[in-house]
Amino acid sequence: MSVFVNKNSKVIFQGITGEHATFHAKDAIRIGTNVVGGVTPGKGGTRHPDPDLAHLPIFDTVAEAVAATGADVSGVFVPPPFNADALMECIDAGIKVAVTIADGIPIHDMIRLQRFRVGKDAIIIGPNTPGIITPGECKVGIMPSQIYQKGNVGIVSRSGTLNYEATEQMAALGLGVTTSVGIGGDPVNGTDFLAVLKAFGEDPETEIIVMIGEIGGPQEVAAARWAKANLTKPVVGFVAGVAAPAGRRMGHAGAIISSEADTAAAKMDAMEELGLYVARNPAQIGETVLRAMRENGIKA
Amino acid sequence: MNIHEYQAKELLKSYGVPVPAGGVAFNPIQAAQVAEEVGGSRWVVKAQIHAGGRGKAGGVKLVSSIDEVKKVADAMIGTRLVTHQTGPEGSVVQRVWVEHASQIKQEFYLGFVIDRGCQRITVIASSEGGVDIEDVAAASPEKIIKEVIDPAIGLRDFQCRKVATAIGLKGKLMPQMVKLMKSIYRCMRDKDALQAEINPLAVVAGEEDQLMVLDAKFNFDDNALYRQRAVTEMRDLSEEDHKEVEASGHGLNYIALDGNIGCIVNGAGLAMATLDAITLHGGRPANFLDVGGGASPEKVTNACRIVLEDPNVTCILVNIFAGINRCDWIAKGLIQACDALKIKVPLVVRLAGTNVEEGRKILAESGLAFITAENLDAAAAKAVATVNG
Repeated sequence: MSVFVNKNSKVIFQGITGEHATFHAKDAIRIGTNVVGGVTPGKGGTRHPDPDLAHLPIFDTVAEAVAATGADVSGVFVPPPFNADALMECIDAGIKVAVTIADGIPIHDMIRLQRFRVGKDAIIIGPNTPGIITPGECKVGIMPSQIYQKGNVGIVSRSGTLNYEATEQMAALGLGVTTSVGIGGDPVNGTDFLAVLKAFGEDPETEIIVMIGEIGGPQEVAAARWAKANLTKPVVGFVAGVAAPAGRRMGHAGAIISSEADTAAAKMDAMEELGLYVARNPAQIGETVLRAMRENGIKA
Repeated sequence: MNIHEYQAKELLKSYGVPVPAGGVAFNPIQAAQVAEEVGGSRWVVKAQIHAGGRGKAGGVKLVSSIDEVKKVADAMIGTRLVTHQTGPEGSVVQRVWVEHASQIKQEFYLGFVIDRGCQRITVIASSEGGVDIEDVAAASPEKIIKEVIDPAIGLRDFQCRKVATAIGLKGKLMPQMVKLMKSIYRCMRDKDALQAEINPLAVVAGEEDQLMVLDAKFNFDDNALYRQRAVTEMRDLSEEDHKEVEASGHGLNYIALDGNIGCIVNGAGLAMATLDAITLHGGRPANFLDVGGGASPEKVTNACRIVLEDPNVTCILVNIFAGINRCDWIAKGLIQACDALKIKVPLVVRLAGTNVEEGRKILAESGLAFITAENLDAAAAKAVATVNG
């Protein structure tokens, strides 16, 4: 089991003829992802120039792709100015999980998208995310898939590279993951920590959860509060940016300290008070997961 | 992207929002001309820098003669204004805004922000104007009014009336408030603003009392500037850190800090965590730098150059976890940078992820004295040990 994507997911790539989408569609197929087609407006009916992807049907619209292939997951590799529209197209076509990699979608576009989604049950992962991976089953994103081993830890993070860092620390200790979800570094995002914690809570194979946050916004603490009241599985937390100055956007659009509650220290203090296992040192995320597993009788 | 107060007032005026009569001036003579055109007998001369806290720092003066306007403008223009937001080096005043001095009867706070909890634009208002809203929120949260805007429906009249009533606006001021709030919301949405803060919004005495924006601060979405030409034209690069501007021109995200360990990292989260790891080992990072995805050798060289422009840097820590990046490219970039920049400070390098073996091999075979580290903790420890000699 896993969350959001698995071996039964039928995946399309929007913008599949682009450089990054081509590279990552091939990698996705290599690790076992069931890629069923691609969408590039204006190139419907043509063949993908890459011989490894030439067998995939290409469509002009997501609706056609869904009708012809039964696709239910989309990797949205569309440039930021057109990305929110591409996401709306996914939702309209009945895609269940859309993963959007783009860094730089205007925030007002995301606000409109969030309104568009109301009453529809599509899950949007991202934007500004490395994507999602269920090792050995399905990858929709740009992460280095070789570092992800199958296991019983669910990972959710705002940062991509910090997700890789934690994954490698865990792998060095023999710990693997059920699913790794990147919710992205933007202030308005499709899926928040809380939604992913809920999903991990319902997944029987996920026995422990790692939540990697950063400065800015109320998401980490809201999720921790929910976890305390509703989750029996242990949660390990880390928040990056203890050394970050206030009022500066630290690379991610959403990583900015606007109030005391936005600081890494305040968030980690709150997590600790709510009963999470907190790694205060980014180099000790793996060790903290191992300690939490031992204390809760969870085997690797 | 931030703009000056005078730009914000001109923008609001174009949306029909009442602002005091005034104009911008780049020298004392222009300032006097503006005051004469505006008329009346009392004016406010306001230094135009992006940072807040100008009033307390002497950047806002009330004057009552044209001669005084000239004198005050002369004293302000060209000087460094140091406020609690500028840092000790201050910010050079290049222009002033001269406006008709309003007779203020009451002050309010009105802000439009993107609430990250509900992910919608939210109006924040308070009867406590002219002070820091954070202080009001801390001391008397009951005086903060919030109204969430549905992006599909827009800001409705009734919502504006709720806000007006809550902060005590009555009679003819209520329809004024409705019109003003809807105009600001329209402006924010049209221009891809992240924040519009009116502080203070004031009731000004005249033939009839009138609501007026006495100070305004806007912040725009950098990611939407591609479709906001008029906004982009308001950008004042002299108000921004020149190294940060230069770095962004190379696709790098750089923020100067005050330590001595230069940092080059890929990804914002890992970059922040690297600063944290250095701090935990007792070191002090000199900067935040995210090289982003697809870091070419040229990009790595530029990153090294920008980091080394800081004279405090005595060691560089390179921490790369390659996903979309490739460690072999990073390694080649570092060798090129060492060659091109004649780097003398020690380089601590931690590589992981895509093509890591090739990357490590390239560094090892270069014959250059890289200090390599297997993981984040070791990298931070070695960098700190290096600067501590």
